[in-house]
Amino acid sequence: MAVCPVDCFYRTADGVVLHDKDICIGCGYCFYACPFGAPQFPQAGAFGLRGKMDKCTFCAGGPEKDNSAEEFRKYGANRLAEGKLPACAEMCSTKALLGGDGDVIADIYRQRVLKRGKGSEVWGWGTAYGAPGGQQKPAAAQPKS
Amino acid sequence: MRTRTLVFAGLASIAVLGIAGCGDAPQELAQKERRYQGKPDTNPWDSPQFGGKQAEWERAIQARTQNQNEYTRVE
Repeated sequence: MAVCPVDCFYRTADGVVLHDKDICIGCGYCFYACPFGAPQFPQAGAFGLRGKMDKCTFCAGGPEKDNSAEEFRKYGANRLAEGKLPACAEMCSTKALLGGDGDVIADIYRQRVLKRGKGSEVWGWGTAYGAPGGQQKPAAAQPKS
Repeated sequence: MRTRTLVFAGLASIAVLGIAGCGDAPQELAQKERRYQGKPDTNPWDSPQFGGKQAEWERAIQARTQNQNEYTRVE
């Protein structure tokens, strides 16, 4: 957000980072600065055509009037304004994607791990900081094709 | 006489060097305040569906979030 020369980013009350496409100049600084790779630019066209930045909006639309045709054209559906969660999370058949408040998502995750009796080593502390006691388990050998 | 001149010259040069340090202007980079320049946005609960009722919107979102928990849905 700090690299934007036209300051087109804003953060909603729920912590969703959105941007105003009307003032975006497509400079691409955000593309290089974002640690998550969120900003996307049009790839089609000759000579590295850039165009305005596009990104996942957490299905929260943009600054246009909620659920208006203009908002849909620029940012896609505003599901949050309809009381729904992002489409990717709600339609994910295996629930690998979860959306919502971080605390609630963490609770769902924790319940999964406790019920299944495994999983924390795949997603949690052990992956980020190594297994307890400083013993890092070697990754399982991948079968060669 | 010559020694006095040398001492005087030395003291004078120290005084001049001391004054030179005072001419160092502060060079901090001014951080100008950045502010969003686009159109103002409304909160999601200000949509026609919820009419500004934040608590109702939060209940709807919480219910949806729990729908993702397979253990509360199945058991």
